[in-house]
Amino acid sequence: MKFIAEIDVMPLKEILDPQGKAVTGSMKNLGLEEIQNVRIGKHITLEIEAQDEATAKQRVDEACKKLLANLIMESYSFELKAV
Amino acid sequence: MKFGVVIFPGSNCDEDVIYVLEHIMGQEVVRLWHKDHDLQGVDFIILPGGFSFGDYLRSGAIARFSPLMQEVIQFAGKGGYVMGICNGFQILTEAGLLPGALLHNSNRKFICHNVYLKTETNNSLITSGLDLQKPLMIPIAHGEGNYFADADVLKGLQDNDQILFRYCDEAGNITQDSNINGSLVNIAGICNSTRNVFGMMPHPERAADSILANQDGLGIFESILKTVNA
Amino acid sequence: MQLTTVETAKDLGLLPEEFDRIKEILGRTPNFTELSIFSVMWSEHCSYKNSITWLKTLPKDGPRMLAKAGEENAGMVDLGDGVACVFKIESHNHPSALEPYQGAATGVGGINRDIFTMGARPIAQLNSLRFGNLDSERNKWLLKGVVKGIGDYGNAFGIPTVGGELFFDDCYTINPLVNAMSAGIVESGGTVSATSYGVGNPVYIVGSSTGKDGIHGAAFASKNITEDSVNDLPSVQVGDPFQEKLLLEATLEVIRTGAVIGMQDMGAAGIICSNSEMSAKGEHGMRVDLDKVPVRQENMKPFEILLSESQERMLIVVEKGREKEVEAVFEKWDLNCVEIGQVTDTKRLEYYMDGELVADVPADDLVLGGGAPVYKREFREPAYYKENQKFSIDDVKEPENLVAVAEHLVSHPNIASKRWVSEQYDSMVGTATMTTNKPSDAAVVNIKGTDKAIALTVDCNSRYVYADPQKGCAIAVAEAARNITCAGGEPVAITNCLNFGNPYVPEVYWQFVGAIKGMGEACTKFETPVTGGNVSFYNQSSDEGPVFPTPTIGMLGVLDDVKTFMTSDFKAEGDLIYLVGESVNDIASSQYLASFHNITACPAPYFDLEKEYAMHQVIKQLISQNLISSAHDVSDGGLYIALLESSMPNGLGFSIESDDDIRKDAFLFGEAQGRVVVSVKPENQGAFIELLATSDTELSLLGSVTAGQLSVDEESFGDVKESWAIYNNVLHGILGA
Repeated sequence: MKFIAEIDVMPLKEILDPQGKAVTGSMKNLGLEEIQNVRIGKHITLEIEAQDEATAKQRVDEACKKLLANLIMESYSFELKAV
Repeated sequence: MKFGVVIFPGSNCDEDVIYVLEHIMGQEVVRLWHKDHDLQGVDFIILPGGFSFGDYLRSGAIARFSPLMQEVIQFAGKGGYVMGICNGFQILTEAGLLPGALLHNSNRKFICHNVYLKTETNNSLITSGLDLQKPLMIPIAHGEGNYFADADVLKGLQDNDQILFRYCDEAGNITQDSNINGSLVNIAGICNSTRNVFGMMPHPERAADSILANQDGLGIFESILKTVNA
Repeated sequence: MQLTTVETAKDLGLLPEEFDRIKEILGRTPNFTELSIFSVMWSEHCSYKNSITWLKTLPKDGPRMLAKAGEENAGMVDLGDGVACVFKIESHNHPSALEPYQGAATGVGGINRDIFTMGARPIAQLNSLRFGNLDSERNKWLLKGVVKGIGDYGNAFGIPTVGGELFFDDCYTINPLVNAMSAGIVESGGTVSATSYGVGNPVYIVGSSTGKDGIHGAAFASKNITEDSVNDLPSVQVGDPFQEKLLLEATLEVIRTGAVIGMQDMGAAGIICSNSEMSAKGEHGMRVDLDKVPVRQENMKPFEILLSESQERMLIVVEKGREKEVEAVFEKWDLNCVEIGQVTDTKRLEYYMDGELVADVPADDLVLGGGAPVYKREFREPAYYKENQKFSIDDVKEPENLVAVAEHLVSHPNIASKRWVSEQYDSMVGTATMTTNKPSDAAVVNIKGTDKAIALTVDCNSRYVYADPQKGCAIAVAEAARNITCAGGEPVAITNCLNFGNPYVPEVYWQFVGAIKGMGEACTKFETPVTGGNVSFYNQSSDEGPVFPTPTIGMLGVLDDVKTFMTSDFKAEGDLIYLVGESVNDIASSQYLASFHNITACPAPYFDLEKEYAMHQVIKQLISQNLISSAHDVSDGGLYIALLESSMPNGLGFSIESDDDIRKDAFLFGEAQGRVVVSVKPENQGAFIELLATSDTELSLLGSVTAGQLSVDEESFGDVKESWAIYNNVLHGILGA
């Protein structure tokens, strides 16, 4: 079976996100001062061939842990869709 | 001539270009703060290099919304001269004053290096006095200088003679090897279709002072003065 | 308030006798917040308790010194004409081993804050990096991360990285070394001190918000200590170069208002460190409301706010009545600027949280030079040292094919071009780097608006220091001075970054003591006082032992007139090549011996401090009288590599004769100290020889500059273009484009 994984990688909430902070600040210039706490991560999609959803989930999890996210400073979450 | 150099938070080549304009070219320069609205009657605006707003989100994406940029956009719309160097070029593309975009270098690394540039045309204010046969050695220092535009835009740039500089080798040949950051057809600098807005990734202000043993960039500043004063 | 026990003290890294001393100072048992204050302030990092006894033996006086070691955040040296240079080097080894990108980035941020907190604008950065061998994937990952971290932070901050060193050895596999240096310029009258006085003057915190960064995870996570979960302790600190750039501009602008009494950046041990050091220096106290500190995370405890090492923050004491002027500057730069307390006359630091007194400690007892403990550690000569002395060059067979040795060295990462690294750094911003288009032994940076330039270099061959700490460290100072001299500068002062293993191991401490002795001797001879720096102990793992003792020397030199700038490249075919200094039959501790013969048990290379110093004076005269066209010192890789490095920039070559009295491998690849290769135009030969004749420094004619062929005793070593192609691409080959 083939699955598509939609993965979000975000900076851990206790870690400073300089990029999010700078974007939050710039919202003021746009007249959007009510917007707060912008945090910027990555959205990653990938395709995976696996015998079942559980296996696919386990393999994607491994990919996240080993490569896609740096667990020292980022967290991840993902959803799987069969195609 | 009265130059205005825009200072964004995170600009870091502002004083370098001011130094060249004031001390080497003997021109009047005013510093334009990004939060202001007053262009102070300048004749020529330079957006300097650096990392405006930390280059966060995308290079130039946040600076483009600064209060002063709204004035710069209007000024350019009325035919005023605006030049962006490095980060300034990135801001001009984000602001829509120049076509295309600047992507990550093809090797995904920041590169600080002397490169050679072939001047493609004398039909612009900043290239009018340059020798088309003699490559200029001018440094680059950027992580996102890989010029990209779609086929229609590229055709427009070519048809209208808007490509000002291309990366070349020491002898002036446009080669794949000399295309240091992977730019579309080696593009290093362009102007808009009305020929009053200019952008280039290399830093001519870093090649203008004799103490640095390289003055290849001086001709660009001399071109500006010569044409305007003529 | 919850009282503490000796067990808690031990968990926080304090000794039982230190806990007793704290009780004595306070006249009672400390609460947890107070105990944590003492634990960080009396740590090696802040108190130098295991090193200060020896550091005090180093020379620190000199006619140009404006701020001596220990007086301010960094040393300050008078350059004349109302301009001074502030410079310092610092390590970020342990954070970089954990997360190389952010570890190195925050190291760059920290060292630059030390410079601009004194009112100086940084104009040049350098770094000194050491890793394990590049055949390991982890070491490649560490190198790539560190270089990208330094580049991304320094490039965005907008200060050029003008020089550095990079060295590989297995001893750095577990513990890489990341040392960052910065130098800044300040006009006299523009400086500000790290002090606090004037009862009622407001105390401000400016810059980033405070998170639970750098709070010593292991100790504080112990269940014995905190009742609450510490799951939200960030294990990595994230640098924000954009914030740092704003802080730089705002800081220099606020100093110009004249409303600032004192200022200090917040690095290790954060608010408590700045509060105590500034208060102790100004002989005043402070009352601070911790709940007013802008925080990034919720529910922060008093000790967390006090100890946080969050980056890009400053503490400023302002003259009362002038608060608005200061606030306006930070408003302009969109930075936090919050009054958190006032100066008192108590000489105590009183901390309140929501109106409740949470800590009350005397400032002076926390700091170095005040009440912080000072220890004399035991030291013992290690067994290897005697073994090293048994080495004889006669036990090493001379290879028949020396061309192969040359190829081995040219393609060794310790010798080959470091451009894979240096091109990722903006080395040109500021348009003052005179060495961009002209190679030289030290980085030379023009001081705009004057005829002066500064010359900067970082040097330490840690293989020599391991072989013989005292001699090896003296060599590090001498090499730095040689580099400055060859660049046309006058050596002025040094900063040091002392990277060693565990100081409680007597053999490690012996290395430390030896290095300090050697540094002191050489700095005295070269009249280059030690202006400060930092000590990094515990670069040691349980499996692999300590790193080579690595006392990195960052030296500042001055060119009073930029006209004395000297370059290292051969200029023209036919110019004569001379070796200034003594040829010695020595290969000890050379790269050649270490990697071609794999012999590491040997002494440091030949070195004579008096002759070295005399040779430098000769080089200075040659430069000032315009008698030489290039000068390049002989260091790693020996004479052959020095000649090649002078040849490559202009695509020239050399044809030389060796010395019959010396083994040819030693002649070409030995690393005996005290030697400089110079090239001389034929028309200057007479005056050149005449000048040398009046000195005691030895001189030998090696040969002449060729159009590109490399030859020794008429044997071809190839063409410069071939060597250049190898030399230039070694790191690219290993690390990719």
